[in-house]
Amino acid sequence: MNNSLTLLGLLSRQASYGYDLKHSYDRYFGTGKALAFGQVYSTLARMVRDELIRALGEETGGGPDRKKYEITVAGQDTVREWLFTPDVPSETLQSNLFAKTVIALLTDDDADRLLDVQRAEHMARMRQLTRLKQDSDLLHVLMCDHGLFHIEADLRWIELTSARLTQLKKELLSA
Amino acid sequence: MSTIGAASPVLSARGLHHSFGQTRALRGIDLDVHRGEVLAVMGPSGSGKSTLLHCLAGVLVPNSGTVTYTPPKRQTPLEINALAEPKRAKLRLTDFGFVFQFGQLLPELTAMDNVSLPLLLGGTKRSEAARRSTDLLDRLGLNGLGAKLPGELSGGQAQRVAVARALVSSPAVLFADEPTGSLDSLAAENVLTLMLELVREAGTTVVIITHDARTAAYADREVIVRDGAIGAGYRVSP
Ligand SMILES: Nc1ncnc2c1ncn2[C@@H]1O[C@H](COP(=O)(O)OP(=O)(O)O)[C@@H](O)[C@H]1O
Ligand SMILES: [Mg+2]
Repeated sequence: MNNSLTLLGLLSRQASYGYDLKHSYDRYFGTGKALAFGQVYSTLARMVRDELIRALGEETGGGPDRKKYEITVAGQDTVREWLFTPDVPSETLQSNLFAKTVIALLTDDDADRLLDVQRAEHMARMRQLTRLKQDSDLLHVLMCDHGLFHIEADLRWIELTSARLTQLKKELLSA
Repeated sequence: MSTIGAASPVLSARGLHHSFGQTRALRGIDLDVHRGEVLAVMGPSGSGKSTLLHCLAGVLVPNSGTVTYTPPKRQTPLEINALAEPKRAKLRLTDFGFVFQFGQLLPELTAMDNVSLPLLLGGTKRSEAARRSTDLLDRLGLNGLGAKLPGELSGGQAQRVAVARALVSSPAVLFADEPTGSLDSLAAENVLTLMLELVREAGTTVVIITHDARTAAYADREVIVRDGAIGAGYRVSP
């Protein structure tokens, strides 16, 4: 899961103070591992430097927690590119896909499409493994099968999530 | 994707709508199936996959929309849904093959006779029908089982007989609706591998319905049907 992009995604909903941003993050994604304030502020500073966000007002005297941040057009583009670029299928995928799904729902973006894009990427990898199996010895067939079953597990999660999007959105927005 | 031409698709559905009473099974489906393509149709149960297949195969005439079929060696597409049932029945017998989840073999006929039946119905001589059926049964790993009744075969063997029967008259399009839905992983894999070897060799176009990703992974591409429509992000054509 990409913390900076997730923070940027949260910022794309509305301009926020670093303090509020950290709490939003913890609420949606922080189960068991809340973000440190230091990490939030260093990430924000980096994103300001990269012109993905800008600080509102020039309260230069105040510390970083006194500044309100706003996403830029380049920042919005970066978020959308992140949302709709499928991840390479692997065991560490879920948390990033989870973050993208939540951000898409929170920002009223097309979560269905995001899941479909990921699903297509998974299917492409499964086709590849299935083709590989065709001319392989049993040992390699078993290796391919291992990969196939793991990707299939991801796909099931995607399917179930996609069937629950409406309900999930309701819960997220009322939380 | 061996022989997929940029030319006109084998099957082309436009604007398919169909309801069963209050149930809107299809809500505007556009889909092209290209020659030699193996297409997987995925989606949750009740989403309209079987209804779509029935429309594509001329089993069912949709409430609205068109399905055109271009037979091999013919340039002009045929509008299937405009044909009367007898003509559609004939077309299904000569041009299409079908495999379902189960229950398609006649229980009182041997495996061999089940496979030969479509040929005999189409007027092929008995000796020729027997030769082609034996050939196919062998190709599907069923040598020596031709004299068995369906009830004496395992699930995987019975499905392979069903595949043989669907392919024996060299159909242009094979329609398979959850063909491995009742089989364990290994038996399913056997059926799929052998079936796809045969269809790819013959250049048969395949539409295979499955909710199983590992089955769909044998296809060249997949589309998802959700609530009677093709899922966002899936293209009409390859
Ligand atoms: N002959 C029928 N009569 C009434 N309802 C039907 C009939 N066939 C299908 N349906 C309904 O149409 C919808 C789509 O069914 P179907 O195409 O069989 O879905 P799938 O194959 O994806 O499971 C479902 O709600 C199903 O209950
Ligand atoms: Mg069905």
